[in-house]
Amino acid sequence: MPDATGLELLAQDLGDAALETVYFREQATIVIDPGEVRAVLQRLRSKGYAFMAGVHGVDYYPDEPRLGVLYELLDMARVDRVTVKLRVPTSAPEVDSVTPEWPTANHQEREVYDMFGVVFRGHPDLRRILMPEDYEGHPQQRDFPIGGEPVIFTRDESKWLEARE
Amino acid sequence: MSPTEDRQLSDYRRREQSITLAPLEDPLLPADVEGGAETTTELLTLNFGPHHPATHGVLRLLVTLQGEVVLDVKPVIGYVHTGIEKTAEDKSYWKVIPVVERMDYLSYYFNAMAFCGAVERLAEVEVPRRAQYLRVIHLELNRIASHLIWLGTSALDLGSSSIFLYCLRERELILDLFEMSSGQRMHTRYFQVGGVIEDIPAGFEPKLREFLKIMPVRADEYGAILNANEIVLQRLRGTCPLDQQTLLSLGVTGPLLRSAGNPWDLRKADPYSSYEDFEFKIPVGTVGDNYDRFAVRLAEIYESVKIIEQALDGLPEGPCITEDRKVALPPRHELATSMEALIHHFKLVTEGFRVPPGEVYHPIESPRGELGCYVRSDGSSKPARVHMRDPSFVNLQALAPMARGGYIADMIAATAMLDPILGGIDR
Repeated sequence: MPDATGLELLAQDLGDAALETVYFREQATIVIDPGEVRAVLQRLRSKGYAFMAGVHGVDYYPDEPRLGVLYELLDMARVDRVTVKLRVPTSAPEVDSVTPEWPTANHQEREVYDMFGVVFRGHPDLRRILMPEDYEGHPQQRDFPIGGEPVIFTRDESKWLEARE
Repeated sequence: MSPTEDRQLSDYRRREQSITLAPLEDPLLPADVEGGAETTTELLTLNFGPHHPATHGVLRLLVTLQGEVVLDVKPVIGYVHTGIEKTAEDKSYWKVIPVVERMDYLSYYFNAMAFCGAVERLAEVEVPRRAQYLRVIHLELNRIASHLIWLGTSALDLGSSSIFLYCLRERELILDLFEMSSGQRMHTRYFQVGGVIEDIPAGFEPKLREFLKIMPVRADEYGAILNANEIVLQRLRGTCPLDQQTLLSLGVTGPLLRSAGNPWDLRKADPYSSYEDFEFKIPVGTVGDNYDRFAVRLAEIYESVKIIEQALDGLPEGPCITEDRKVALPPRHELATSMEALIHHFKLVTEGFRVPPGEVYHPIESPRGELGCYVRSDGSSKPARVHMRDPSFVNLQALAPMARGGYIADMIAATAMLDPILGGIDR
């Protein structure tokens, strides 16, 4: 992990794209402007953070902007991690895809789209990945209810089709 | 070849030497180099799975074939998605452990470790040394068990079925040990936030030492059987190689990355749970083909045995779970005498403990690579978000580049050597 000072230096280097830095439990997070995500990640890659360990989606309900996307970057040579976080509102949940530069983000961005409804512009194949293709809603959002999921058995199929119409 | 040499050869050898391997070495070369069959240019899309013994779970592959050559593979997943991450948001922290254990069902200790580690970091809980060592023992036993299942099922795919029975025989010994320490063979809920639920019972140590004596001998046997099996070797050697750069850009970690020669292992690079106390080597491969993937995992079994031996020899005395009554249950006997203990017990069991608000990411080295748990707390007794960065989910993306340009049989070998666990992929 970069220490608190290292994090500030890293954020300064990013200029206006970095909105905020959080140093919590010895983990460094840079909150960035969602529009700058590709440029920021490329800049950090040139600084050595060349391995993308993961992409997480988060819902900060009831705070606004609600949806968050976190990119876990790793510098394998220095064993140093930094998290890049951006937040988008549910009214316009759009952010540029980083899959062209980071092929590992392909499945992970699809997962975030599936679970939270964040649309990644420029993703080569943005479809649902875990939920069925005809599923409605994004189940990991905090206001999406648990339970009440209808289980479609073959014997009830006609009933379900009627109910849908 | 001189005429005298030629006379010495049998008919069979002469015929054997006349065979050219050119079409085998470049599968996309027209098959009629030797003036034989017509070239196939027609493409065929084959649906493979979701229920197929060679996909190691409910994995569906859409394969585009030209003749027998794989041009593209698209994995389709989600068949065993059970919404564990959503369920976790509705449970207090200590009740989340059993549900996350069921994600990657072959490495349940690792799932629990990633989650507990994240919560410990959030709540700033100190884990006693004895608990850390006990965790290491169980993690490494679990790594061996997971590799044994991988080896057994992969060998089935590669045409060597006896190995499967041998591997399950040894795994049974490990599961017996798990049953001794926790009462459960699988999904043991042994790791708790702050330590482990109970100390190891009397009789565990001799049984474990017996196992540690047996395991390397048996691993030698597996190696001897498989390395002398021409069919297995031909299906593994030189098939589906992938270089380090591609693997890194795809986010692949674990034995797959190490087989390509990159010694990245979080146990060494960024030690957690006292891994810095133990001496062990990181097996690496050279070319990153299927054989290297096999050899690296087999070699890891020996290293895990070494780690367990050291952990058992150096097992420190002391408590096996933190003394902080705010996160760990008080010992049973205290409940009869101490009002405080009773209150703590009641609070922990009904509401659970509260965790300061914040977000952390805790990565550990699972048998398949970097298993990271992201936990966000909003200050209540239930996590606001639990996300597992599952190595199988990320590594699966490497299947297409591995299989492209190879034969369909090589793709089966590559899937086996990828070791995808669908419970972890779909969560």
